[in-house]
Amino acid sequence: MTLHADSLQVGSDGKLRHLLTTEGLPAETVRRILDTADQFVSVSEREVKKVPLLRGRSVFNVFFESSTRTRTTFEIAAKRLSADVINLNVGVSSTSKGETLLDTVYNLQAMDADMFVVRHAQSGAAHLIARHVKPGVAVINAGDGRHAHPTQGLLDMYTIRHYKKDFSGLAVAIVGDILHSRVARSQIHALKTLGVPDVRVVGPKTLIPADAARMGVSVFHDMQEGIRGCDVVIMLRLQSERMNGALLPSAGEFFKCYGLTAEKLARAKPDAIVMHPGPMNRGVEIDSSVADGRQSVILPQVTFGIAVRMAVMSMLGSPA
Amino acid sequence: MSASLPDPEILVGQLAAQMRGKLAADAALVGIYTGGAWVAERLQRALGLAPPLGTLAVTLHRDDFNRIGLHREARRSLIPFPVDGREVVLVDDVLYTGRTVRAALNELFDFGRPRAVRLAVLVDRGGHELPVAADFVGARVDVGADEELVLSNEAGKLRLAAVKRPSP
Repeated sequence: MTLHADSLQVGSDGKLRHLLTTEGLPAETVRRILDTADQFVSVSEREVKKVPLLRGRSVFNVFFESSTRTRTTFEIAAKRLSADVINLNVGVSSTSKGETLLDTVYNLQAMDADMFVVRHAQSGAAHLIARHVKPGVAVINAGDGRHAHPTQGLLDMYTIRHYKKDFSGLAVAIVGDILHSRVARSQIHALKTLGVPDVRVVGPKTLIPADAARMGVSVFHDMQEGIRGCDVVIMLRLQSERMNGALLPSAGEFFKCYGLTAEKLARAKPDAIVMHPGPMNRGVEIDSSVADGRQSVILPQVTFGIAVRMAVMSMLGSPA
Repeated sequence: MSASLPDPEILVGQLAAQMRGKLAADAALVGIYTGGAWVAERLQRALGLAPPLGTLAVTLHRDDFNRIGLHREARRSLIPFPVDGREVVLVDDVLYTGRTVRAALNELFDFGRPRAVRLAVLVDRGGHELPVAADFVGARVDVGADEELVLSNEAGKLRLAAVKRPSP
């Protein structure tokens, strides 16, 4: 699915106006976000974990779909930039009273929001909002349906760059439920933009989108083959609600074929890193010995995620 | 056109002479990027202080973010010693409005609570806009209000130049 976001996201002057998807985001912008995040990693290591860049600005976390973890990381990022943060779980309030999405946004805008962080179950919701907010108000997509989760994709790029330094010779495998994963889509677009030559998706036929090859990735149904020689193995969360349907036989069966164990990981390069966007299901998509093992960078991902979100927010709040 | 500017390498020597004997035993130098860091390196060599040299990037505390935004700067503040309870000497190349020093103080205090903070500058050109004064000054110079004093480092040699500010 392509939602035309290019001109909406990046102005003709190259300034980041909204962050809606990694698809079509220029390589220069992606690199700039990662470079800016470098500065913020050190802020979080200080005694005073706060800088005044967004002092006096109001960031509204508007979650039409609940997610404690993602909302919290955005909240921490905004607070470390000294913004005021207002959290709204809209799913359970306005919409159940019949208010439309745009009316909700117009109301929040009337409360003088400077930035919206939006999560919604419908693909394209953040784009719709970005098209209707006042000039100068920025929208960050924190996950829309199956479409995109750009800050997750970018923090994964930051993590890969941190450990592998250079993207140009890498083989990266994304394993699991690709079909329903906005995270996988955001990762694939960012990896291709940054010039990763070998991007693979690995999973059962029922969980790989039919048009996967069109995104420039190679498709594997055999995990041993799929992660052979890889530098980076990204495991996706298997959403339990998918397991009741016809798509998957059982969690146990899935783990046998596509769960990451030490034995399967041995097929990747010895210095391969293992990533997971969280929350992870131990024993479903990843074995505990791997999740806690020396190749796992799952917790650093969380730490870097704060810095990357600070970078995006400071760039959106910056006049140039 | 302003009068000829002093040689910064000589000014560093004068600055070091002023500071010798005036610093606490635990004093540590912290240079402000970029020019201040060059000056601090030279002072560190001249004074032979025990604590390692620190550097500060003040981008995140600048007061003009709302006007000019974030600089793309990979530089980070690096304070390789505990700040709490220590005498810290901030070092900058040119003291002008005082806003950089204000930002540097904020940045420094993010790392802890120093016992005292001194300020050493290679050149004070006047025109302060904040109540900031240096404890050690290499030289006071007069420069036109439309000029910027720029310290450069070419092949390890410091040079001061007055550059016309582009009209806004």
